[in-house]
Amino acid sequence: MWEQIRANQRKSAILVVVMALLLFAVGYAVGEAAAPGVGLFGLLIAFAVWILLSLISYYAGGSIMLAVSGARKIEKADLPRLYNVVEEMKIASGLPKMPDIYIIDDPAPNAFATGRDPYHAAVAVTSGLLNICSRDELQGVIAHEMSHVRNRDVLFMIMVGVMMGTIVLIADVFRRVLLYGGLGRQTRRSSRDSGQIQMVLILVAIVLGILAPIIAQLIYFAVSRRREYLADACGAQFTRYPEGLASALEKIAASTATLQHANRATAPMYIINPLKQEGMAASDLTSTHPPVKQRIKILRSMAGGASYLDYEKAFRQVTGKRSVIPASAANETQPVPARQASKAQEDHTQRVRETTDALWKLGNYGFIACPCGVKLKIPPAFKLPVIQCPRCQRMHAVKE
Amino acid sequence: MGIGLIFAFAVIGVIVLILLWMIGIYNGLVQLRNVVKNAWAQIDVQLKRRHDLIPNLVETVKGYMQHERGTFEAVTKARNMASQARESGNVGETAAAEGELTRALGRLFAVVENYPELKANQNFLALQEELTSTENKISFARQFYNDSVMQFNNKTQMFPSNIVAGTFNFKAAEMFELKDAAEREAPQVRFS
Repeated sequence: MWEQIRANQRKSAILVVVMALLLFAVGYAVGEAAAPGVGLFGLLIAFAVWILLSLISYYAGGSIMLAVSGARKIEKADLPRLYNVVEEMKIASGLPKMPDIYIIDDPAPNAFATGRDPYHAAVAVTSGLLNICSRDELQGVIAHEMSHVRNRDVLFMIMVGVMMGTIVLIADVFRRVLLYGGLGRQTRRSSRDSGQIQMVLILVAIVLGILAPIIAQLIYFAVSRRREYLADACGAQFTRYPEGLASALEKIAASTATLQHANRATAPMYIINPLKQEGMAASDLTSTHPPVKQRIKILRSMAGGASYLDYEKAFRQVTGKRSVIPASAANETQPVPARQASKAQEDHTQRVRETTDALWKLGNYGFIACPCGVKLKIPPAFKLPVIQCPRCQRMHAVKE
Repeated sequence: MGIGLIFAFAVIGVIVLILLWMIGIYNGLVQLRNVVKNAWAQIDVQLKRRHDLIPNLVETVKGYMQHERGTFEAVTKARNMASQARESGNVGETAAAEGELTRALGRLFAVVENYPELKANQNFLALQEELTSTENKISFARQFYNDSVMQFNNKTQMFPSNIVAGTFNFKAAEMFELKDAAEREAPQVRFS
């Protein structure tokens, strides 16, 4: 379990270095193309932009993500079921601190986790997810998100994402400069020899300017997909119930509602890409998430097991590819059997009521339970001292 | 520089390397042992919470179920036994008592099905959610504890870390297995 985090960290370090080299190469080439001898300066600018963006996203990334997606924080009293499920998964994943819990008022079912480390983590789920998921399914989704936190995926994806963003940004600026002909004037002024060298450099810069963003994005997508598989494997291992996550994914994918506050920057963070329609993907290579159908199929091919090893076996069987779990991590786990579905009977209406009540409460509505069974919801702006029950005509005092 | 000096440096270098390696293993073992300790504390917290919830549950249920005195008295009794076992700190005893408590609670919740008013009681529903979740938390804490124990024990027993473990007296930890006969037994299938 710890070995897996370590293996992840090693791989991540290598990847970050590769991305950094790519970034510096772009910076240098663009600088050198703009004017001879300015390459180092270009490199420095690329570095500075990257550091700045990284710092911002390191310290504020989580809160920006939560704010952009319209998430609101809840306490245990607001939604005991959700809080309990998160706490259960916090225990199962061995996280040191209970993450903050947010809900998003949106009928499209989805969820994401943020936070640079387990001490600053938060999970957010939409009200749509709470409505359609049984306890087992919710557990699967939360376990998936918790493992993103535990495996430091969030931090890593943010850092790689920022690097990719910087490369794209610099390449973009370069293309614009090229378009407005700033470079042409520079070359004419220089001597013939250096002019030739510079022509080569400009060519290199152009090639890099076009290729680097593509390479960076392909790397980013590949890593993102791999981490999604890993999080699925952890989800199965933590809950000991792969079917929960599988059927939750199925329900989320089947939903036709679209998430209102998702955009291209935040989409990779969700459990299922909220933007891309399944089956319409141009190619596997340009997607942050593996195809949902495949994820579900792997989870359902685990043949009664719930460990990394079982996931690994199922993964090979379904995709025909090598492996997703680092060998050192797979070696230290032993096969564990999956458990039975929880026997708790669940009432869909009750669940929807719970969720909507929590949303009303977040909107500062008051509640009065009338003995006839009606639950009156009092808007925060309600001024009158009494209110009448619409069903049984009883009068109720409105407390302040 | 004489051959002897180079040799001496080489020997010192190798010794330093071995020492560093041992320190690394030692620290790894300490870290794992702390994980195991912490995991046990997690189980303990949840067990205590379960024991604290049960008197409330019995109090709520009493008013509705006059005719089921035996059922909830069994729950109270099992709860007290489990509470004592927890305080004694004996892993095996605790596991047995918890299994008994789980069965008693199962019987109680089965009977509740016959009392629709009770199932509509908000207080009861909240308690039921808490108890269900606490039971889940116990089993997840147990799962995490056992996984950690396995890793720790593997480290203490496998070569080469067992040398360091033996030298500094790291003892294998005990797994927490709930001795629940109903859960362990394979389903009986009869063809007749």
